[in-house]
Amino acid sequence: MDQALKEQEGLLERRQWTKVPSLLRPGRYFMQGDEACAEGAIAAGCNYYAGYPITPASEIMEHICRRFAQLPGRVFIQMEDEIGSIASVLGASWAGARAMTATSGPGFSLMLENIGYAIITETPCVVVDVQRAGPGTGQATRPAQGDVMQARWGAHGDYEIIVLSPWSVQEAYDEAIRAFNLADRFRVPVILLMDEGVGHLRENMAVPAETPIYQRWKDPSRPPFGEAEVPPMPAFGEGAKLLVTGSTHDAWGYRRTSSPQAQQQLVERLANKILNHREEIQRTHRHYCDESNLDVLLVAYGFTARSALGAVRLAREAGIRAGLLRLTTLWPFPEDAVRELGAQAYRVIVPEMNRGQMLREVQRVVPHAIGYHRTDGEVITAPEIWAAMQRALRSDKKHVLEGKEQER
Amino acid sequence: MKRGTTASIVKYIRPRTFPTPFCAGCGHGILLGAILRAIDELELDFSQMLFVSGIGCAGWIPSPHYNTDTLHVTHGRPVAFATGAKLFNPQLNVVVIGGDGDIASIGGNHLIHAARRNVDITVICANNLIYGMTGGQVTPTTPRGAHTRTTPAGNPESPFDLARLVAAAGATYVARYSVWHVRPLIASIKKALQHTGFSFIEVLSTCPTQYGRRNENPTPVGMLRALKENCVTMERAKTMSLEELTGKTIIGEFVG
Ligand SMILES: Cc1ncc(C[n+]2csc(CCOP(=O)(O)OP(=O)(O)O)c2C)c(N)n1
Ligand SMILES: [Mg+2]
Repeated sequence: MDQALKEQEGLLERRQWTKVPSLLRPGRYFMQGDEACAEGAIAAGCNYYAGYPITPASEIMEHICRRFAQLPGRVFIQMEDEIGSIASVLGASWAGARAMTATSGPGFSLMLENIGYAIITETPCVVVDVQRAGPGTGQATRPAQGDVMQARWGAHGDYEIIVLSPWSVQEAYDEAIRAFNLADRFRVPVILLMDEGVGHLRENMAVPAETPIYQRWKDPSRPPFGEAEVPPMPAFGEGAKLLVTGSTHDAWGYRRTSSPQAQQQLVERLANKILNHREEIQRTHRHYCDESNLDVLLVAYGFTARSALGAVRLAREAGIRAGLLRLTTLWPFPEDAVRELGAQAYRVIVPEMNRGQMLREVQRVVPHAIGYHRTDGEVITAPEIWAAMQRALRSDKKHVLEGKEQER
Repeated sequence: MKRGTTASIVKYIRPRTFPTPFCAGCGHGILLGAILRAIDELELDFSQMLFVSGIGCAGWIPSPHYNTDTLHVTHGRPVAFATGAKLFNPQLNVVVIGGDGDIASIGGNHLIHAARRNVDITVICANNLIYGMTGGQVTPTTPRGAHTRTTPAGNPESPFDLARLVAAAGATYVARYSVWHVRPLIASIKKALQHTGFSFIEVLSTCPTQYGRRNENPTPVGMLRALKENCVTMERAKTMSLEELTGKTIIGEFVG
């Protein structure tokens, strides 16, 4: 992209940001993760919600249903299934809504074709997946982190997507807001990947006085599917004569189903509009990572990061230089932060409630990383991570095989 | 200019979209025109209309040809997409156009639920009795005994009576016509567009390429003639015996 256009887009991006007073009175609240996610969405201006009941995500729908009834101009509907839910969310988004749906694994699986549709048509929306133990129906009330790769790759085709994973009730609120803003900023579906642990957790959180809002850029004079890195998106009924299609298309939406050039241009732009803005999207947190050469670095996300922080504290008490790199953005994978800290750490452990989905991604940039897994529908505790850290430190092999840690 | 004429409806066509991609003898083009004629005769504000369609030849009726907001979605889901757009912006005049496979097979669940909810949209199903786009496989509306790519020995299953199905699901306007019966079809589309609540029109369309060819009716004219001969109005049907009605399709308004 030429420099002038880039600068113009930068200016424009800053113009679209505003702040609005938060809907809830600012202050401290004792809330459940699912409810906080719903409140964050409401604060972010979510005005269309469609869903279908499923444990452990139903509380989001029920809370939104109750709250929307008190707020004018917000539409709630319980659809006939999850395919209908995401489809109606995308229809509403093009009609100008800030739209969301929430589900768990089985429903998320059903939504994936239309999430791919949202990618290629650049339709902003927020999809919450409160992960439970799978595959299949699995254990509906048990936590897991088994959908990390599904959230990244579940729809067919070649694409980039944004996936955020909160570790607390506070972050469920904050990241729900960020999810809506990123969705409109980059015209992309944003997956809020919660887990049953965070979804059903109750703890204190704070509502700030103001909520940052990114307002969709609507200019009807420029093509809605190209030219700009993130093109403008007018709504239906505004006279833009939108031609929206999930088939490969040119900048104005005309189908180009056999042009190699159109296909490549579209796929590359859709990926690069995310990859060129990684710093803006990626959010990571360093806990006790001050020393340049750590004995052990934990890389964790979601509910498991809470136990990881506990384990770091146990290690510190024992005089070990331990730290936690917590990932709030899972995709695009924050590889620079992981590489930088991981390279300097003697041992790197990735605890997660799956068989090592994020571990493989960490190993891509930190080859000596090892995993610690739990697949029994129980959360991982701090003492067991601390025990795994001790075993790793005792081992003289730099690369401890994953399988060793699996025999718990 | 007289409204509803060809000269009067070209203004609704998006630039650079003609000729259409439809095969010779395809009935979808007649429906494409009939919908525009109805809109023109009603003098509706075209800029406030949204056309939602799924995947299939019928999905190409509005997209890209209609020069207003069009949303061409995944196979089977246009009714659900339309529900979201309409609920969020009730000012929009939302019309779904899709094939029998799109609307009645993969999208059947959305169809009956939208009818049950009485969502204020119009659904027009271009029923050519076949999966046209994918090369002529059996659909839920293919007649018993008909030959298709996936029923080479004749269709062993019974078809849906779509109009009655949607009526039973609670739609508040339901009609069935064909691309041969253009005048009553246009009148029916006008009613559906003005109707508040869920309206549904099943439009029998022709597919000589994928259906006629395999069922002893390979020509465009032959297929239109079959529509003319096999469709009987509700009024006439009342005077006919069961025997006389075998193999006939009843057209007219079922609800409304
Ligand atoms: C999920 C999915 N399944 C299958 C297809 C392949 N497909 C494309 S068009 C079509 C059938 C269209 O038939 P119909 O809706 O009757 O429309 P027609 O072409 O006959 O007008 C199918 C099965 C698809 N695009 N998506
Ligand atoms: Mg068909």
